[in-house]
Amino acid sequence: MSILVIAEHDHHALRSATLNTIAAARKIDGDIHVLVAGHNSVDAARAATSVEGVVKVLHADAAHLGSQTAENVAAVAAPLAAAYTHVLLPATGFGKNVAPRIAALLDVAQISDIIDVESADTFVRPIYAGNAFATIQSGDAKKVVTVRTTAFDAAAASGGSAPIESIGAPPDAGMAQVTGQELTQSDRPELTSARVIISGGRGLQNGANFKMLEALADKLNAAIGASRAAVDAGYVPNDYQVGQTGKIVAPDLYIAVGISGAIQHLAGMKDSKVIVAINKDAEAPIFQIADYGLVGDLFEIIPALTAELGR
Amino acid sequence: MKVLVAVKRVVDFNVKVRVKADGSGVDTANVKMSMNPFDEIAVEEAVRMKEKGVATEIVAITCGSTACQETLRTALALGADRAILVESDVELQPLAVAKLLKAVADKESPQLVILGKQAIDDDANQVGQMLAALLGWPQGTFASKIDIAEGVATVKREIDGGLETVVMKLPGVITTDLRLNEPRYATLPNIMKAKKKPLEIIKPDALAVDVTPRLKTLKVVEPPRRKGGGKVADVKELVAKLRNEAKVI
Repeated sequence: MSILVIAEHDHHALRSATLNTIAAARKIDGDIHVLVAGHNSVDAARAATSVEGVVKVLHADAAHLGSQTAENVAAVAAPLAAAYTHVLLPATGFGKNVAPRIAALLDVAQISDIIDVESADTFVRPIYAGNAFATIQSGDAKKVVTVRTTAFDAAAASGGSAPIESIGAPPDAGMAQVTGQELTQSDRPELTSARVIISGGRGLQNGANFKMLEALADKLNAAIGASRAAVDAGYVPNDYQVGQTGKIVAPDLYIAVGISGAIQHLAGMKDSKVIVAINKDAEAPIFQIADYGLVGDLFEIIPALTAELGR
Repeated sequence: MKVLVAVKRVVDFNVKVRVKADGSGVDTANVKMSMNPFDEIAVEEAVRMKEKGVATEIVAITCGSTACQETLRTALALGADRAILVESDVELQPLAVAKLLKAVADKESPQLVILGKQAIDDDANQVGQMLAALLGWPQGTFASKIDIAEGVATVKREIDGGLETVVMKLPGVITTDLRLNEPRYATLPNIMKAKKKPLEIIKPDALAVDVTPRLKTLKVVEPPRRKGGGKVADVKELVAKLRNEAKVI
């Protein structure tokens, strides 16, 4: 088997999702090459050479790859895929945008969001918002797979020393251009890889109240997440959303505050090691999956919890 | 501008599905079915484009069994002008659906194909992107805002770190995300009118598309059950348990 992992990076460093994807690739048992497609991205390419298990790094660098649009990244990756049996991407916003384009160009099926590798052609993936796990076998000669990063422990970022091969890139497809980005600035850990997450829902009532969660998050060095209701209501930006169609997280500790526990939210956090639920409604479904549930007024509980942790 | 909206009939989002005891799949017998929520958002967006005078005709399309006609009638009731069912009793996987949509797009020549970013049954999130690749068109995925002017779509996309604005030339494919709009409800008069709107049924053969599945489902199981239901009396007990029992802080 030969696996091409398409790196997710910011041109300077690899995103941690790439390390989880390489870990999944290692379970397939074959040579792992990593494609870094970017602009002024030699630092990201170099980072890829040190990852445990990587045999070679392919580096495509061009101005039009700076924004990493699906059209342009797929145009680099699809022709390369001729030499590989598997193409893997993380099931992040980037990977989900790019991977199916590659699969269609190769005329093969894609297996999305795998949580386990059973063999080179058989994978396990969640369906119906994670209420069922399906074991899927692909009959295609090439498999395009996206990887649920929380299901695979990251490959070590150092220990490897793969060579870098510079490759050319096709010209800009010229169909789409990124003209701007509005990114959340935060010093907190990244939501998808944080060890502790404090998540707020409709019960917070407004965006200002999220400051209360921030004080708690500071004590625990936690990331802050949110339910769909909180995002829809404008309390926090969209990238805070945890759920079936938002971020999938599996921290050591997930504290759900004022979140009722709809099926779609559970889909995003039920793999957390420990779940704490704080809600004034004793009937809230979230309590059914919480290891520690505290029924009460979050506006009293959260400050008390923050104070207690300060002891 | 002609808009092609692709929709899918799925298990209703409120249903907690159960896995069949024999491991062959999820039990969908007698379960409530609805239009995929993200596709409802796509239909709503197309209808708003028509109301603004940006779209001139909305064609709704779905691929599946004959029961899917009800999903098309819903799209027609919401404001689509006509509908197409590509009828098949064979399991249609995303690559096959993308090929069927491409064949129809080749015939209909829409300036925009819009559909939900993922179906809530298979959670694949593939068709829109695959279709765009097969057509050689640009894609604006996970759209939370769309503006169309002079053959160009400006799409605000939800990405992992926040939002990104993509400007794409039409024709193109856009997939919808949750916050693009809030879909309307079909009114009873419109539901009645929808029964008279044209609904064409065609077969994959007629489109010269091979829909043979590439992926085989070997088994479907329930995820390991979480215990849950644990309660603590107060903050002190919570912190003590997290420190000493769970050892996560």
